[in-house]
Amino acid sequence: MANIDSKPRSFQEIILRLQNYWAEKGCAVMQPYDMEVGAGTFHPATTLRSLGSKPWAAAYVQPSRRPTDGRYGENPNRLQHYYQYQVLIKPSPPNLQELYLGSLAAIGIDMELHDIRFVEDDWESPTLGAWGLGWEVWCDGMEVSQFTYFQQVGGHDCHPVSGELTYGLERLAMYVLGVDHVMDMPYNDPQSAIALSYGDVFRQTEQEYSRWNFDVANTDVLLKHFEEAEAECESILSQEHMDPKTGKRIVMAHPAYDQCIKASHLFNLLDARGVISVTERQAYIGRVRALAKKCADAFVLTEAGGYAA
Amino acid sequence: MPDLLIELFSEEIPARMQARAADDLRKRVTDGLVEAGLTYAHAKAFSTPRRLTLALEDLLAESPTVKEERKGPKVGAPDKAIEGFLRGAGVSRDDLEERDTPKGAVYFATITKPGRAAAEIVAEVLEDTIRNFPWAKSMRWGAGSLRWVRPLHSILCILSDAEGTTVVPLDIDGIKSGNKTQGHRFMGDGRFAVTGFEDYEVKLKRSHVILNSEERAAAIWNDATQMAFAQGLEVVDDQGLLSEVAGLVEWPVVLMGDIAEDFLGLPPEVLQTSMKEHQKFFSVRNPKTGRIEKFITVANRETNDHGKTILAGNQKVLFARLSDAKFFWENDLRVAKAGAEAWLESLNNVTFHNKLGSQGERIARIAALAADVARLAGAEANVADQAARFAKADLSSEMVYEFPELQGLMGRYYAQAAGHGEDIAAAAQEHYSPLGPSDAVPSAPVSVSVALADKLDTLTGFWAIDEKPTGSKDPFALRRAALGVIRLVLENDLRVPLDRYFDLQLLRHEIAQNGDDTTSLKLMQDMVQEIAGHGVFGAAVRTVLDAVDGDLPQNMEDLKGRLPDTSGDLLSFFHDRLKVYLRDQGIRHDVIDACVAMDGNDDLTLLVKRARALQDFLATEDGENLLQGFKRANNILAQAEDKDGVEYSYGADVKFAESDVEKALFGALDGAEGAISSAIEAEDFASAMASMAALRAPIDAFFEAVQVNSDNDIIRRNRLNLLSRIRVICSGAADLTRVEG
Repeated sequence: MANIDSKPRSFQEIILRLQNYWAEKGCAVMQPYDMEVGAGTFHPATTLRSLGSKPWAAAYVQPSRRPTDGRYGENPNRLQHYYQYQVLIKPSPPNLQELYLGSLAAIGIDMELHDIRFVEDDWESPTLGAWGLGWEVWCDGMEVSQFTYFQQVGGHDCHPVSGELTYGLERLAMYVLGVDHVMDMPYNDPQSAIALSYGDVFRQTEQEYSRWNFDVANTDVLLKHFEEAEAECESILSQEHMDPKTGKRIVMAHPAYDQCIKASHLFNLLDARGVISVTERQAYIGRVRALAKKCADAFVLTEAGGYAA
Repeated sequence: MPDLLIELFSEEIPARMQARAADDLRKRVTDGLVEAGLTYAHAKAFSTPRRLTLALEDLLAESPTVKEERKGPKVGAPDKAIEGFLRGAGVSRDDLEERDTPKGAVYFATITKPGRAAAEIVAEVLEDTIRNFPWAKSMRWGAGSLRWVRPLHSILCILSDAEGTTVVPLDIDGIKSGNKTQGHRFMGDGRFAVTGFEDYEVKLKRSHVILNSEERAAAIWNDATQMAFAQGLEVVDDQGLLSEVAGLVEWPVVLMGDIAEDFLGLPPEVLQTSMKEHQKFFSVRNPKTGRIEKFITVANRETNDHGKTILAGNQKVLFARLSDAKFFWENDLRVAKAGAEAWLESLNNVTFHNKLGSQGERIARIAALAADVARLAGAEANVADQAARFAKADLSSEMVYEFPELQGLMGRYYAQAAGHGEDIAAAAQEHYSPLGPSDAVPSAPVSVSVALADKLDTLTGFWAIDEKPTGSKDPFALRRAALGVIRLVLENDLRVPLDRYFDLQLLRHEIAQNGDDTTSLKLMQDMVQEIAGHGVFGAAVRTVLDAVDGDLPQNMEDLKGRLPDTSGDLLSFFHDRLKVYLRDQGIRHDVIDACVAMDGNDDLTLLVKRARALQDFLATEDGENLLQGFKRANNILAQAEDKDGVEYSYGADVKFAESDVEKALFGALDGAEGAISSAIEAEDFASAMASMAALRAPIDAFFEAVQVNSDNDIIRRNRLNLLSRIRVICSGAADLTRVEG
């Protein structure tokens, strides 16, 4: 681990420093969720755990996919696959802004030289039936994070309120490392025997996925998968809470939520293929939201959701 | 008398809410204090991104003692009643006073409400203000239930006078009041105590916070313009952006940077929109070339490197943003240069409204109507058709997807790139106009044709599916669309028989929605041809349907009854909007009613011409008197017609006239009739009305001297027929029965 006072030298070092920082501040450092999601918020450690009364503190990296943002690896900072760093603390501590600024210092942003601003940006996720108030955080005019106090998730009022921080890692790292094109960013230490750039790791996949997302993905199949995920989600949630085999009360909020995530990503793919019209769009979003709400309803009936038998 | 200082310190308040919030704080607190009897000399409210501040001067140290007199029971009333009164008034029996009243001796109590200390009242009022603050959007945080715009951290609340400063004690959900605040988030130096407003403002400034937002805005504007001026440039004025930026900083530091050469070829509106929307940058223009060449950003702090790092960062962000814009622009230009077919194609897959079909279908309808109205606007039908087909192509462009506010403007650029003429390019930009009552109205014939067709298609479409505005609900902005048509017609002095175009377009909607059956489709298409060629719905329907052998399809029977109703309803909606529009120009609603009652009321230019002439006419003495004469004649006539059950319109004969006055009226009517009808024919309503005014004297004289209801029945009927001539002649320009007064 490099000296914290020095500038980080690679993308991964920035991630490692964030992991260490938030671990020191008492967060459970979790791993990425093993499914395709559009943002770190979709990880059940945020979506589901922000519900109910139980305290929670988690931090993790989440690979995120936004098919419409694909640029074949050519755009200096747009990617269809990128990383978010996500922190969720419930209840939101009174010094969350200071904690956040501390994390920027930890990755080498000198508050004496930079202009950090909290600019109004109310967050809303129509697909999750969620909203909150907060800001986008600007560093020298660049949005480096989203800072949100969750007010509602899956149609449920948040009590207590979670504070959520989301860092767009590539953008933030490019800024800290002084790189103009994401593909030029050192992924590991440039002094390593085998130095790898972000482009070495991801340029090819950006090309492959851009082509697939925009022009090749079979929309009939995607559509079918969407319907199947929706049906499976509802079928899971329609099961009796009592498991007939074990005789235990097992509400399957997480497996159902997996199907909701799936449906959401399939919708994003369909959107990138340009086969969803403006009005249909609303209808699809509504369908995913209906699933998210049902999953939230189920989660608050689980122990982690604060349910007491 | 003490001064009061309140500061509510929170996490960053959205810029757009700050001014309003400061004002609400002032209003709520001062209203509450005054209501409790605490008056003050002067109040000022301030806002920064992290604080709302209120300073009151010369507040009463305590509220005045109030004596209130209360009337009790009669002397000698039962003890129970008296005791009840004592309990309610909070006094003892000895405090009661007996007074004689007209109803006998009555007990009176004087209740003294002692004044309360300012601190006590301030604490109550402030707590109430905080708990019920009218934020447009507020939130909870942590595990608490208090609501504020963002987490509230501290409350400063002090009263200060010559004796010193005291904290007004307050505890709101664990936030205790004090006499401390803090300065700039990064340049400040921890928390500090203050003794009063002056001390507060000075210490804040020392801690790098300019309290007054106007002072911050002025500083920004001053520095920005100076900086630009020094390089021979000018800042593009944007007061909205200025006040927003002043709400984003406590310590403004203005920095000017370059826009990379690569991007100077982008349309200036794209540069400006991108910089403003995404970065809150001001645009800096070279007055010689009109190009946007630099930007100004406002940082919230000073740095040892004089903003070098900050500026470099901002420049980098701008570079990325403009790379995006350039990517969109270049992609779009490629599509545009190829004729924009791909965009038009994709609009077929975009739903406009689920009952009104796709954007592509909508565009086809608009194009058809634009071609129909083109001649009236002075444009070539085929050019209007072409323009309408291109006008909404930019909705599919990447630039408009990114910046919806650039719709139309991008259409203009892309039309040029596609090789279209300037008239078609202008129509792409202008056909949305006018958007509001003060927006400019296009005058280029092609733009006018497309603008009219666009709005009429929207209106007829929503009328066809019965989605009309109700009360305050107008989700599709149909009132605005109708006002747009009204202004397009009037301000360009166009003669548009709206009825015909309503019918045409309603039929096109009908075809889109119910044209599945081939027979019906064919019939409706024939009707469209008929209307476009010759006239209005009724005649077209007869012509087409009469030619059908055998039974009509059921939906044609239905259409025959429904469509004229819809069209008529839409026209009266237009008349209502026209009334609102003309009311603002001082034209009376009854004057408009009098003109709406005439034939050709779907020709708004004619209608307004009539209305203006009538309004002017009624403002003259002759006009006012003629109106009275007309009304008298009409009343007598109406009564007689009612009584006799006949209509007197047979024609009066001068040979039955008895007196000279009566003969003179015959002569005057004979003389005026021709002039009036030819003036009306020529739409010269002022002359027609002037000729009518000349009838005033003989009519007045007639009523003065002649009794209409003669015993001689022949003479009576002749006079009633004479009155009927007055009615007919005076009703040629407007229906005067509808004029009030």
